[in-house]
This record gives sequence, C-alpha cells and structure tokens, in this order.
Amino acid sequence: MASQIIDNYAAELLEDVQQSVRSGSAAGTEKRFKVLFEDFPEADRMRKLAGEVKQHTLDHLDEYLAQAESALEANGAKVHYAWDDKAACGKVEEILQQSSAKTVTKSKSMVSEEVELNDFLAQKGYDLVETDLGEFILQLDGDHPSHVVKPIIHKNRAEIARTFEKHGLGEYNDEPEVITRRARSFMRKKYLAAEATITGANFVSAESGRICIVTNEGNSRFGLAGSRVHIALVGIEKIVPRDIDLSLMLNLLGRSATGQALTVYTEFISGPKAAGAVSGPEEFHVVFVNNRRTEVLESDCREILRCIRCGACMNVCPIYRQASGHAYRSVYPGPLGAVLSPLLAGAEGFPELADLPKASSLCGACNEVCPVDIPIPDLLLRLRDRGKKEHAAKASANTPPMGAWAWVAQSPALWRTSLKSANMLNLLPYEKIPFGPLGRWTKDRTLPPWRGGKFRAWAKNRKKEAK
Amino acid sequence: MNDRDKIFTALRAAVAKKEKPADLPELPLDDFISRPRRGAGDWADFRRNFEAANGDFLAGGPDLRSLLEREGAKLGYCPEDLRDIISPHLPEGVELRSEFNRDEIDEFAFGITRASHAIAETGTLVLTDQETPDRLGALAPWIHVAVVGEGNLIPSVVQAIQMLPADPNVIWATGPSKTADVEGILIEGVHGPGIEACFVLS
Repeated sequence: MASQIIDNYAAELLEDVQQSVRSGSAAGTEKRFKVLFEDFPEADRMRKLAGEVKQHTLDHLDEYLAQAESALEANGAKVHYAWDDKAACGKVEEILQQSSAKTVTKSKSMVSEEVELNDFLAQKGYDLVETDLGEFILQLDGDHPSHVVKPIIHKNRAEIARTFEKHGLGEYNDEPEVITRRARSFMRKKYLAAEATITGANFVSAESGRICIVTNEGNSRFGLAGSRVHIALVGIEKIVPRDIDLSLMLNLLGRSATGQALTVYTEFISGPKAAGAVSGPEEFHVVFVNNRRTEVLESDCREILRCIRCGACMNVCPIYRQASGHAYRSVYPGPLGAVLSPLLAGAEGFPELADLPKASSLCGACNEVCPVDIPIPDLLLRLRDRGKKEHAAKASANTPPMGAWAWVAQSPALWRTSLKSANMLNLLPYEKIPFGPLGRWTKDRTLPPWRGGKFRAWAKNRKKEAK
Repeated sequence: MNDRDKIFTALRAAVAKKEKPADLPELPLDDFISRPRRGAGDWADFRRNFEAANGDFLAGGPDLRSLLEREGAKLGYCPEDLRDIISPHLPEGVELRSEFNRDEIDEFAFGITRASHAIAETGTLVLTDQETPDRLGALAPWIHVAVVGEGNLIPSVVQAIQMLPADPNVIWATGPSKTADVEGILIEGVHGPGIEACFVLS
C-alpha cells in the first residue's frame, strides 16, 4: 500500500521552503481575519450573499455570457472564444499576428497558466515577459506559481538574488528593496517596447461589459499604458450579472486575499483608450476560455466555479501549509486545487490527480474563509466518491481495505465480540499492533486506550437504573 | 461548429441539468459599507484611510512644495489645464512639461494629473482616461500627485461603483504601488509611483 503522494512531498520538502510557506500563509490568514471582521462584523452574511450571486450567475451562465458579449462589443471590444487550451493559445497568437506584435508584456493570469500560454508563445518566438514581480522571478527560474496570490511564497530572498545575478540583473544582493528596484528599471523598458499586453480578469460585468482587474504593483496598468493591443484572457466563469455586484466582490476580494480593503490598483476597462488619450491600447480583445469549465458546470462540483482566486483557502489549510503549493502537481494548489485540478484534468487526466481530494482533513476551514462560500469539504467528498467508483488507483492510496470491517459491521454479534476482544490491543505497544495502516497513523500521534464495549455497557445499565 | 457555438451548446446543456437554479439575491447595499472605515464619509475620513494606505495627503500648496523639495524633484509632467493651479506652489527651478516623452521616462520625477473623484471609505483616488491625457504621466514617475476637487468626494465604495464614470478606463488607486512578493516584506514603488499624493482643490 503506497503512501499518499502529497504526504511524501511534504516529508521531503526542504525546511526553509516549508518555513516560508507556513509563515506566509499564516500571516495571510491573520490579516484577513483582522481586516475583514473589523470592517464588517457581518462579513459571514456577505460571503453567503456573494456565493449566491456567483451561483446564480453559473446557473444562468449561457444567458450572462451572451449578455457580456453584447455589452463588450457595444463598448468596442472584440470578443473571441476558445474551447480548450490549444484554442486559447491559438487565438492569442492569431491576434498578435494580426497586429504584428512581437514583444508582449503580461500580467498575472491563472487561466494563462492553465493553457500554458507562456511556453507556447516562447516556442513561437515571441518575446513575452511576466510583469508581476513574483511571476517574473518564476519565469526567469522556469518555475511555476505555488499560490494563486503569492506566486513565490516558496522562495526566499537568497534564491531570488541568485536568480537575478544569473540573469544579468546586477550583482548578488538579497535586499527586497534592491530586488524590486532592479525589476522596476528592467520592466519599464519592456512596457514601452511591447506592442501588446496580456492580462487576465478578476470580474466581468454582464450589465456594462466592464472588466475588472486588480493588482498591487500597477503592472497591468503599465502594460495597458505602454502598448497598442490589449488581450484579456478570461475564464467564462468570471462573469457577474451587474456592476453593483462588483462592490460586494471587491469588498471581499482584497480583504480575503491580502487583508487590504482594496487592492492598490482596481481597474475597470470597458474598451480601447478614450478618443484623444495619448497612451492606452487602440485594440481591446477579450478571449473567453472554456477549457473544461462547461464539464465542471455539468458535474456535481459546479460550486467550485464560484471561486474568485483570493487564495484564502490555501492560506488557512493545514495540508497546504505543510506540503506547499507544488505538492498539488497542478496549476491550482490548496483546497481550491484539490477540487478544481482533478476536474479540469478531464476524464483522462482525473485518475492521475485522484489523490488530491484526499489531501484534506475535512476540517472545513477552507469553507469558513471562502468569500463565495464554496462548500469545499462537500466537494472533496464527492470527488473521493468518484475516485473510488472509477477505481482510480491513486484515490485508494494509503486507504486501509475496509472489507473486513464491513463484514464485522454487518453482524451485531460479531461486532460485540470484536469490540470486546480488541481490548487486548491495550496490552500491546503501538509498533506491535497487527494492522499496518494504524502504524503509520501512530507514528506521529498517540492512540487513546481502546474502550471497546464500554458505551454499550453504560447504556444497558442506564436502562436498568431507570426502571 | 466554431468554438463559440460549442461553448454555448455545452453551457445550455450544463445549465439545464440543475433542477433548481439559484435566484439572484437583492443586495442590501447599505451593509456593504464599512462603518468604521467610512466614518462620516468626509475629507477627514478620506485622509485617515489614504494615509493608512501610505498615501501623502497634501493639505495645501506649501505641502506640495515641501514634498517636491524633499524628493529633489526637478522635472514633472503636468497637463496644460493644471499648470496655473500648480505653478505657484513649485520650488525654485522646477520645470513642468505638458507632454510626457516616452524616451525620457526616467527624467520625470513627478506627474500631476486630475482625479475625477476620491473615495472616503478606502482612501482611493479615481482616475479616468478622459481626465488623464497620458496614463504614463500618472504612473511612471516616482511621485504622482492627484488633483481632486473638494466637491468630488464619494463616501463609500458602494456609491463609487454606482457612479462609475462612462470612460473606457477607470482606475482606482489606493496608495503607492506595492508588493510583498519577496518574503512578505512590503516594498513600495514597484512599477508605479513610490509616492502617491493627493492635492485637494477648493
């Protein structure tokens, strides 16, 4: 019986990486709690309402997507659709070709990670640079984000300083301020040279066709100020029905993600630059990406599509803190990833990630902090069930066979005898317990003494006493 | 079938599977205003929240002058319509240009542009394309000074969303550009301004 992959990953994780991840995510959780509840004592009601708004949108997504499309087009945007990852990359390339763009800036977008846009465009010879500081460092390292909001939570300053040195961005210096200034001066040349800029979107209002992008660094703003063509890559689930829904979502997003009332730059884009404006894109393209979202919507885990990518669930998750984001072996880490990643992998990819729904103690903290109230533990159970039903080997890894238990539990007499006779276990030291999986459990934990039959005896006597 | 049709067909099939679609809730907008943050929703509240986000609130011309002196700023971007308002408060030898030259991006120490509104609840400045002739001028220099009319204060985020200007690009700026990507340590002035200042025009 194999151990779970995520356990092995956590066990082998370097101590300083684990330390970075643990302190970074714990700090995120504390800040969120403080700011959210100081500002809104009724924050839990807001989370539930936000969940209802998103669920309603998903349940009518065909209508809202059509409405968003018309509103965007009325604003002067060009709307495109991509069925899957290949189509999304192809569509972006097509737009870049049509506008003869070769140099591209890009601000953080999780959907672009999903469709592996960077690798695709690099292979096609485009000069693409990630402009978010964390994402830029990942790009230099050929690494991937391990958190949806804090992409380099797994790296420390020394590692970053070595990366900068290696790539000719100055001599070794691990002061965060120096690192940031070097990125600043490198990046502004890129912003001005780039013909096109690629962004994601945090929200799209179906009512007005406004797309909303938030950043703290101002990188998406600079990308948009410097280039002629703006391409927004947007998952179809990013829609909200009305502008006013944005007030609810924005109030929750910044506080849940980084403990800020608002992210520094909150940008509302409804079209190419204004007539007479000097800088800003002349073309505005929105590529709506499906990439199996319709499959997720059709499944019994559709609630996961409410997600607004704040990262609060990974910050609070005891498994994430222990294992770090890369342990999830997919674009989305943490409790979000444990649900979404196996679903986005499709029927053929599901078995490979079928262990992820088990990377949880079902403590429910992820649901408690979720700004759109996704019942993550329920969804994890549904996916565990699916894994078992589909006989995915990884779904059963490290799970004790339950056949003997089922046999005993079916007969009251057998059950009684087993409870009592198991009392003999108390006489054995842990390591001698004749049941493998229990040994793994007791390696790090203390087992309480077995009290088989005690409850039944108590209940029986109680009845007698009552008479 | 093209990708658009494929997506809409799949969406309709998926949506039809749910027996009881969720209703769109009425939003109690009043509940989405943070009372402790908004306070009375006046300029004093704006200032408190703006400064909490590390914004530089300039109470008048002398504050602007001392900011530029302190930072040793020599050259700034300032659109023509703000020149007369700003000029009297400049230290000796400071030059204003109404064009932001992309080739001299690092020469500009500051940029002064109009903000259409300010939001008291969060200490936020609202910039639009129509009032910011060059987005780069408000973003690239180390110092950005937003000039906002005294009558243009919006008490809350909820109201600011309802009053979003009809402009292709509206940006809310809440304090200087920042990151905490490296070990969670806060550093200001990543790509945008390291100093975000607000000058209220009576």
